[in-house]
Amino acid sequence: MEKQEYTITLYTENSIGLIGRISTIFSRRKINIESLNTSPSEVEGIHRFTIVITETEEVVRKLCRQLEKQIDILKAYYNTNEEVIWQEQALYKVPTDIIAEKAPVERLLREYGASAVVIRNDYTVFETAGHREEIDKLTEELTKYGLIEFVRGARIAIIKNSAGFHSKLIQFEQKQPSEEIVENEYLDKRDDVFTM
Amino acid sequence: MSTLEKTERKAPTTQAKESVQKSGSQAVLEALLCEGVDTVFGYPGGAIMPIYDALYDYNDRLKHILVRHEQGGIHAAQGYARTSGRTGVVFATSGPGATNLVTGLADALIDSNPIVCITGQVFASLLGTDAFQETDVMNITAPITKWNYQVTDATEIPHALAKAFYIASTGRPGPVLIDITKNAQLQLFDYEGYEKCDHVRSYRPAPEVRNEYIEQAAALINSAKKPFVLFGQGVILGKAEQEFRNFIEKLGVPSASTVMGLSALDTNHPLHVGMLGMHGNYAPNVMTNECDVLIAIGMRFDDRVTGRLDKYAKQAKVIHLDIDPAEIDKNVQTTVPVWGDCKVSLPLLTAAVNQADHSEWLAQFRSLEQEEIKEVIQNELHPTSDAMTMGEVVNILNELTGGDAIITTDVGQHQMVACRYAKFNNSRSSVTSGGLGTMGFGLPAAIGAWYGAPDKTVVAIIGDGGFQMTLQELGTIMQFGAKVKILILNNEFLGMVRQWQQLFHDKRYSFVNITSPDFVAVAKGYYIEGQKVCERKELRTALETMLNHDGAYLLEVMVGKENNVFPMVAQGTSVSEIRLK
Repeated sequence: MEKQEYTITLYTENSIGLIGRISTIFSRRKINIESLNTSPSEVEGIHRFTIVITETEEVVRKLCRQLEKQIDILKAYYNTNEEVIWQEQALYKVPTDIIAEKAPVERLLREYGASAVVIRNDYTVFETAGHREEIDKLTEELTKYGLIEFVRGARIAIIKNSAGFHSKLIQFEQKQPSEEIVENEYLDKRDDVFTM
Repeated sequence: MSTLEKTERKAPTTQAKESVQKSGSQAVLEALLCEGVDTVFGYPGGAIMPIYDALYDYNDRLKHILVRHEQGGIHAAQGYARTSGRTGVVFATSGPGATNLVTGLADALIDSNPIVCITGQVFASLLGTDAFQETDVMNITAPITKWNYQVTDATEIPHALAKAFYIASTGRPGPVLIDITKNAQLQLFDYEGYEKCDHVRSYRPAPEVRNEYIEQAAALINSAKKPFVLFGQGVILGKAEQEFRNFIEKLGVPSASTVMGLSALDTNHPLHVGMLGMHGNYAPNVMTNECDVLIAIGMRFDDRVTGRLDKYAKQAKVIHLDIDPAEIDKNVQTTVPVWGDCKVSLPLLTAAVNQADHSEWLAQFRSLEQEEIKEVIQNELHPTSDAMTMGEVVNILNELTGGDAIITTDVGQHQMVACRYAKFNNSRSSVTSGGLGTMGFGLPAAIGAWYGAPDKTVVAIIGDGGFQMTLQELGTIMQFGAKVKILILNNEFLGMVRQWQQLFHDKRYSFVNITSPDFVAVAKGYYIEGQKVCERKELRTALETMLNHDGAYLLEVMVGKENNVFPMVAQGTSVSEIRLK
């Protein structure tokens, strides 16, 4: 099995220290977390972690089972890049005079879908969101114009084939999952099913 | 505090919901009583003093065993949990008290022992200031606990403890640590009673058993010509010993135990074909690579069981029954996963399989067993050499106890010998550190094992190395009168490491030569009776004296210095390449 980028989505309780438990599951196996984002989810009170790693599917599947085993994690999903809509955000600070002189701001905005967040006499801050490659390209472009600061945010991703967590949570709130959910979850998709 | 107690006693008809003022510490102890805890192993210190102060008033309802080191405390709690089937409870203070629990927590996690540790912590206002005896217990213990939680406000204590006991004891059990800051222990709050926890939304203790998989598994089993059952501690943890016996008896299927599964099935049961693993029996190791359907029940395919994975049971279809979904396909690819509690799945599976007779297949195990008896066992149990063997000691012990004793072991050669040769009539009779392999486990675990089953004879079989790691617990035995029989098998070496150095490192004995004090004199210093045996002719009488003595006893037996434990599946080789010598 070949290694590729996987996006792991975790639905969790919002508890102190959970991020440490999560990170040790990766670091214990000497796996580097390439990107990590924590945020609220579509369900109030449920947290959402988005983690990117490059590994084989077998490793990712086992990791997800170990993750789900954590008491405060409700559910772990893993998806290939094709299975998610994903974005990363980036901010760039460049000297305004050089930019004004050498590169028309409009062209950059057009080509890279970037927008200027702040324009001052001394510097301008651009913002863009998109896939890694686009961000890397703009970084390369702006390096030519004396890029002062650059930062890229963690990946956030929406799973294409997901109905969200609302109905799942109702199941989790119950002491035993209903037959219906069990049927749907268990029958064929053995790899997707750990908890219920 | 005494006035509080009095107020309570004056109004015995107090309704459950009516609140009374209690301190966080009292709430901790109330929680223990509500959970049915009768014994706590612990050691006081600065940050847990309010709990110990409250304990003073609960002394008539809670037995507290003052250990000599926190590691001893948690190993004792593990021994207690293993023999009693209940949750072991440990108290320790902050800083060094808590860090001394680390080995035990790791051991309890890997061996799935239900443990609740309550540690004191510095005042919440001092967290992160490098205060006296402050350490980051939460982060230190996160990877070695099933769950941990820090309480900084007393009102959280009842629920935190309810959750702790629920999580520790359900599903695949494990250790839970609750760290309570000193201010929360002292804080008075409106106590509204204790409610046991029976649901945590983010935690499913056991997956539902699915009929589809039962049917698939039954079909595989019914078609099997050479089925083979491997059973682990899951059978014991699931309290499914009877269900397990019904299952294997209906099928007449040969069944082998992991180290942790020992005593789940009577050692003399006609279908018991021995122990798996690196120093397990010959037949079950060889036959793993001969069977057509491998049925693994409550075991996790540890590397010491599988040997080289890419040559492990490749010919077999694998049915894996486990309560922990993360174990399915972790090491060995499963054909049919039967997730769930084996207490539930085994009766379903038993009902779905056809009665069968595999006596010819079983006979093949027995014939390999004869080979092992000839090559290894006969010599180990009835040696012709002058030097005594560990096996003959265990063998005579079997004869004297009839297999009714609880055996705890330490780690090393004596452990493998004890696990190989000890007879167990009853479940929960074998207490050993299987996953972590913790030297120093045996003595404190025996103390706890005895508190968990005080009517039983508890024999701690320990090597001369491991005994010196936690022998301070002789003090606990002395003070509380735990009737533990300590059987030291002394070969004047760190034997298992020496064996490896002999076999794989050209006999370069690097720091395995260990000298010992006069163990009998040490015991005597703790007012524990004992004797040392160097001659075979004294052995039986000495063991009898040890067993018949009313109280703790230490028997040191000098055994052959350079004896090896065989058979052996050398590291990196397949189970079918097991060596008899």
